[in-house]
Parts: sequence; C-alpha cells; structure tokens
Amino acid sequence: MEKILFEQLQEELFYEKMANGLDVYILPKQGFNKSYATFTTKYGSIDNHFNPPGKDSTVKVPDGIAHFLEHKLFEKEDGDVFQQFSKQGASANAFTSFTRTSYLFSSTSDFEKNLKTLIDFVQEPYFTEKTVEKEKGIIGQEIKMYEDNPDWRLYFGCIENMYYNHPVKIDIAGTVESIADITKDMLYQCYETFYHPSNMLIFIVGPVDTEETMTFIRQNQESKPFVDLPEIKRHFENEPEEVAEKKRILEMNVQSSKVMVGIKAAKTDLQGIELLKYELAANVLLDILFSKSSNHFDELYSEGLIDQTFSYDYTQEYGFGFAMIGGDTRQPDTLTDKLTAILLNSKSGEGVTEATLNRTKKKKIGSFLRALNSPEYIANQFTRYSFNEMNLFDVVTTLENLTLDDICSVADSLIKESRLTVFQVVPKK
Amino acid sequence: MSIASEIIRPKQGYKLHFVQTAKYKTNTLVWKMKAPLEKETVTLRALLPHVLQSNSRQFPTTTELRSYLDELYGASLYVDVAKKGEYHIMTFTMEIANEKFLSDPAPLLEKGFDLLTGILFEPNASGNAFHQSTIEKEKRTLKQRIQSVYDDKMRYSASRLIEEMCKGEPYEAEATGISEMVEEITASSLYEYYQKALNEDEIDFYVIGDIDATEVERLADNKLKLADRTPLKLSATQIKVEKVNDIIEHQDVKQGKLNIGYRTHITYADKEYFALQLFNGIFGGFAHSKLFINVREKASLAYYASSRLESHKGLLLVMSGIENENYEQAVSIIKEQMQAMKNGDFTDQELSQTKAVVRNQVLETIDVARGLVEILYHNVVAGTSISLDEWLEKTETTTKEEIIKAGERIEMDTIYFLTGMEGEK
Repeated sequence: MEKILFEQLQEELFYEKMANGLDVYILPKQGFNKSYATFTTKYGSIDNHFNPPGKDSTVKVPDGIAHFLEHKLFEKEDGDVFQQFSKQGASANAFTSFTRTSYLFSSTSDFEKNLKTLIDFVQEPYFTEKTVEKEKGIIGQEIKMYEDNPDWRLYFGCIENMYYNHPVKIDIAGTVESIADITKDMLYQCYETFYHPSNMLIFIVGPVDTEETMTFIRQNQESKPFVDLPEIKRHFENEPEEVAEKKRILEMNVQSSKVMVGIKAAKTDLQGIELLKYELAANVLLDILFSKSSNHFDELYSEGLIDQTFSYDYTQEYGFGFAMIGGDTRQPDTLTDKLTAILLNSKSGEGVTEATLNRTKKKKIGSFLRALNSPEYIANQFTRYSFNEMNLFDVVTTLENLTLDDICSVADSLIKESRLTVFQVVPKK
Repeated sequence: MSIASEIIRPKQGYKLHFVQTAKYKTNTLVWKMKAPLEKETVTLRALLPHVLQSNSRQFPTTTELRSYLDELYGASLYVDVAKKGEYHIMTFTMEIANEKFLSDPAPLLEKGFDLLTGILFEPNASGNAFHQSTIEKEKRTLKQRIQSVYDDKMRYSASRLIEEMCKGEPYEAEATGISEMVEEITASSLYEYYQKALNEDEIDFYVIGDIDATEVERLADNKLKLADRTPLKLSATQIKVEKVNDIIEHQDVKQGKLNIGYRTHITYADKEYFALQLFNGIFGGFAHSKLFINVREKASLAYYASSRLESHKGLLLVMSGIENENYEQAVSIIKEQMQAMKNGDFTDQELSQTKAVVRNQVLETIDVARGLVEILYHNVVAGTSISLDEWLEKTETTTKEEIIKAGERIEMDTIYFLTGMEGEK
C-alpha cells in the first residue's frame, strides 16, 4: 500500500494495485458520519464497437446496452441487491456516463459488510431472458421521462449537432427500439469484455480504517479466479474536425425557449497532465467570458436575454469533448448571435487580462475546496481523472500555474466558426 | 455522545445558531427569515432575496459584487425560497473557504460576514425605494422562473397536485410566487415590504464550520442590530377529506405523470411523527419500499414510483411516471399498497430495514453543512426542541403498532394525472 500526502489540503490518499489489476484508492475522512464507495468500470455508452476477449472479429452492440447492463447487475437469483443494502442501512445507486459505469453505496454503519456486498454483486453477474425482458418496460419509462425533459433534449441535441460518427452522440439509455434487441447473451459478452478488474477502480472516502479495508479487498480479490485479460480493443470511426450540423430547432410543449451553443473540441487525443491543463484552461476561459462577474453576463442579463438558468461548461475525454453555453431565453436567435459573437471575439484574447485571470483562478481554487467537502465529488471525479491518467489533487497547482498565454492558446485552438453549433428548443406553435 | 452539538443564543431580534466542526474545508453562513405563507405577500417574498443578492450599497452592480465574491476565493452566495407548513421562508446562504487550506492567510470569515450583512441591511436603495433597473431585471427573471415550472413536467404535476388539493388554503401557492402578481410590484412597494420583513420575520442565523464560538458571537454582536419582535406561531390547518378528488389533465407529453396526495393529520410537531416517517419509508420512501417493488420491479410500469412527506403540512405525496394507458393499473396497485400498510401487512424485516436507512439518511444529510442546517431548522418551524440524538432514538424505538396507529389517520385526498392528448374530448 502506497501513501500519498497532500499537505496544503490536509488529505492523505492510500493506493494499491491488486494482483488481478484492480486499482484501489482510500481517502480517510475523519469526523464524517458517512462512508462512500464507488466501484467503476472504464466502460460507458461510447464503447459499442469492440473485440470480445480473445476474438479477432469485432462486434457492434445495441445503443443503450452499457446502461441496461448497469440496471441488470442489481438483480440476482435471490432477489434485488437494493434489499441487501438497505438491510445493512446503506443506500446504493449506479450511473452510466459516456465513458464509465459506476456502482456505489453510502452508509453510516456496517461499512465492511456493505463494501463486500458492492464488490461481490458487481463481480457476480446474473442475467436471464425473463429479467432482461422485464427491464425493458422499466428502462422504456426512463427513456420517455427524458424525452419529455426539454433540458435533456437541449443538451443531447447539441451533442448530436457536433458529431458525425462518434458514439457520444447516442443517448446513454438508447431508444425503446434499440433496447428491444438486447439479449442476456449480449449482456454477458459486454460484461466479459469490460468488467475485468484490470479495467476497474474502487474509490473509498470516509471514516474508515485504511489498513483493514485494504486487506479486506485484497483477500476478497484473491479468493476470486480472474484470468488475465489482453488489452481491450475498442473501435471508433474517424471524426471530422467540424460540426455535423450548424443549427437545429426542436419544437416542444414548453413555454420558455432554450438555447445551447456548443463548441466541438479540437485536440481530443490529450491525456494526463496535458488534458488536465487544457480542460482547466478552457473552463477558466469560459469563466472569464460568462461568469456572473463578467461584463458579458451583466449585459446579457440586463437585456433580458438570460436568467438564472444560464450555465456553461467544458468537458473533454479521450476522443471527444465540448463546451456548452446556454439556458432559458425569451429571444433564442438574438441570444444565439450574441453568444456566438462573444466566443468568436475571444479567439484573439479579447477580455482576457491578468486581473480577470487572477480573480478567476482564486474563484476556481475556492470552489475546488468547497467540492472537497463532498465525498461524492471526490470519488467520482478522482475516478474520471484517473481513467484519463490525470490526478484530481493536481488541480490546485495546475490552476495556480496557468498563464495568460495558456488561456489565449486554448482560445485560439478551440474557437473556430466551423466548430460552433447551436440547438434550440422552442414552444410549439 | 452527541452527533452534532448546536449552540443556540437568543439575541435581540434573532437567534444565533452555531455548530463547531472540523470536517469541512469551508465555513457556511445561513440566514433564514420566516413569516406566515400568504397569497398577498408570497410574490414579494419570492422576489426580495433575488433583489438583495443582486447588488448592495457597497457593490452597486452585480459585476462588482460577484467580482468581490471571486476575490474571496470563490465564496458562494445564493438565495432560495421555500414553504414549510403554513410558513414561507427566505434563505440566504454563503459558503466561504477556510483560509487554513489556502496559501494566502487573509481572514475570510469576517469578510464574508461583512458581505452578507451588507447585502441584507445596506441594499442598493435610495429614498425608500430599491434601485429601479435592478427591480425590473429581477421581476423579469422571476416571471421566467415561475413560468419554467410548466416545462419540467415532474415539477409541474407535483405543483398541480398541491394546487388542486389545497385549494383555498395558503399552501396552494407556490413558494416562487404568483405570476399575475409580479407586475404590480414597484421599487418602493418592495422596499416597504423589506422593512416590514426585517422587523417582523422570525430570523435564525446559522454559522457552521471550524471556527471559534466566541469569535462568531463577537462578529454577530458587532454587526447585527435588529429590533425585538414576537413572531407569530402557526400550526398546520387540518382539513377533513369529504371525497377523493380525481383530476385528469391533457397535454402533449410522452409519459403520464401520476401524483397522489394523502392527508396524514400528523406534522413534525406531533409525537406520532416518528411513526409516520417510518410508515412513509416502508410505503414509498426508498428502493426497498412497497411502491418501488410493486409498481416498478413487479409490474414493470415505471422507472420511478415513490412517496415523500411534507412534514410541516402533514401531507404524504406519491409520484410516478407511467404509460398513459396504465393509469388504472398503477392507481390500483398504489391503493392496494396503502391498504396493506394500514392493515399492518409489513414484516419486521421491512421495519428494521427502514429504520436503518432512515437513520443512515439523517446521518448522511448532516455531513453536508446545508443539510445540517435544514435538519436543525425543523425545530424552528415546528416550535420543538428535539436534539438529533433524541430524534434518532425515537425513530429506533418506534413500534409496529405505533406505525399502524399513525396509518389510521391517513386519508387519500386527490389523484392527479397529467396525460397525453389521446382521448382528449
């Protein structure tokens, strides 16, 4: 077991790679009631084209299967794992993103028992035709819930605009039609490809005994016969640099219009510290342009073009990435034009000064400290960072070292007319 | 051993609440103002906190105010309004980094204190009126905020259920105000109401973090000067159900939203509340509950099917999203499960499971500073003084008989269904 110290933050992180390849991290948090554990595989909705273990040929699986698998893993021969967790006073959950599937629980007692339940249920799949069919009704309702949600449609509509081929444009839950094709054999195939311990990570935060917990996980893993797995082969088609669609409008049963302006990322092969720096710099740039302390925000708000729903974010992973800026508005076209103009003008560094940069850095450092109050944030972000070969605890230092040149160079590489797109949701006539 | 030791100091015009804890990297200040929920004032109260947080005398524009917050290591400031029972509550929250985790040792707490009190007591106003264009901007945003409920069908249907169920009671109003009443508000009418609220509302000020009690008290005594007051005490109006109200509304939606309201005739202030809380937990509060198992897992009708309590109003509210044509089947399953609960048709295991997760939920909530404040504030709203330890103890010792007894009081009041355009006459 390795110990990593973060002095300024007064945190200690413990790490061990298990013999079967599983990465385990523990961040002790004394004073908290709650312990929080996540067990995550580097497998999400974009991993739909791959070589099954030991096969030379590739398979393409139905849209939404990673999320479907997440649902089905909770069901066992003797019932539902939720029941087991609640008997032990824990609350369990799971989520599927573009690149990860994560299983988690939080508890304020019986930590080790709950941890065993978590690890064992994820490592013991049980799929039958009958339970797979039953789940189609439940997930069908989940899909319909999102179809009625204008903010989700806006977000996904904007991503669809950006990509020609990359599966990030496919809704994580799939469609009612695509999940109809899913069978138990497909679930097993995906499971065997992506749920090997060497593709997974456990993160634990809370008032736990580090030594004891690590020993428990080590013994648990040693008792299970995992065979080493060759490297996973995932396949992605080439993706053009420019966006697939410049503008689309969706009419829905809403009263407020919504606008989302997207920028398709440029350098999507970055990993590690390079990616960390690029992603932070892009977020700092957006903050300088659009935060509540910016002149642009004040102007847009005063003109009644935006309200408190206005938000912006930049995210990037291996192979895809995007900035999204938008919110509710009374004048979708005017807002679209203004946001586009602000972005294009910032390419030359307009409004990016030493003073705004320093203020934004301070703000980002403070929000990072605030986020460290949250065990959920630490575990989920640490895992995401780790899968991209970055370290969450490098954030403060990387922020402190960002220069004006870094911001300007991100603005220059990221912002380009051909990489901008807009999606609008407007009331039905 | 106490799990969170709250120190309460009654001061002139407000109460200072203080919880010392080393678990956060930030300090949290929460300012709460409570008054009776009334149709006449709810829109003023929904607007006021947003006007106050926009700017202040010292920082007359939002850009200046927000730049200063950035300088304070991204101190966060936000406002919120809520209704609890017969009350309306305005909340101002500030979270600010604890300087001991920064390489820069500037004393942030006092600066945060000054900023918050500046926003509350020294607004951007002149001649008994708020700054005109701030009012205009915030009125426009408030209208948009009220309107946006329509676009989120889960929120919309929950809000429509309450509107139908509590018709004629103050509780029918949304905490975010009434759209038709926004226009008539002026810079001076809001200012007049602001003065009234400062003088009459029941005010509670919470400070949570790794800070010294005497220091907090010194800051509070120096910076807060309020008039004495005697806040009104209200208890929830209880209404007997004459007959179940069925409401069906058609809109262009893909998924139907089913919301059912029950009157429990038990509120947070009652000793039966612990039993009611467990009743709700076994019935629909969690992923092991009867609603989740029977509506979702067994019948495959829904992705979500759950219930929750409006603790201070004495309501139990069920919500689920289903296919439009499954309305009758879903309603009948929910009714059966409610009847099973009333009959005591639940096992010791369901009860002990629910006790364990309720306890877990409370302990988890208080790991978050704002969550801790919300839990402690129940005592203020209900006029009780139950400590967290006592609360957990009472939950643990509640018996099956007490839960069945609490169930006897529960009456179905309204079934609301938001459904698609099919079958629309």
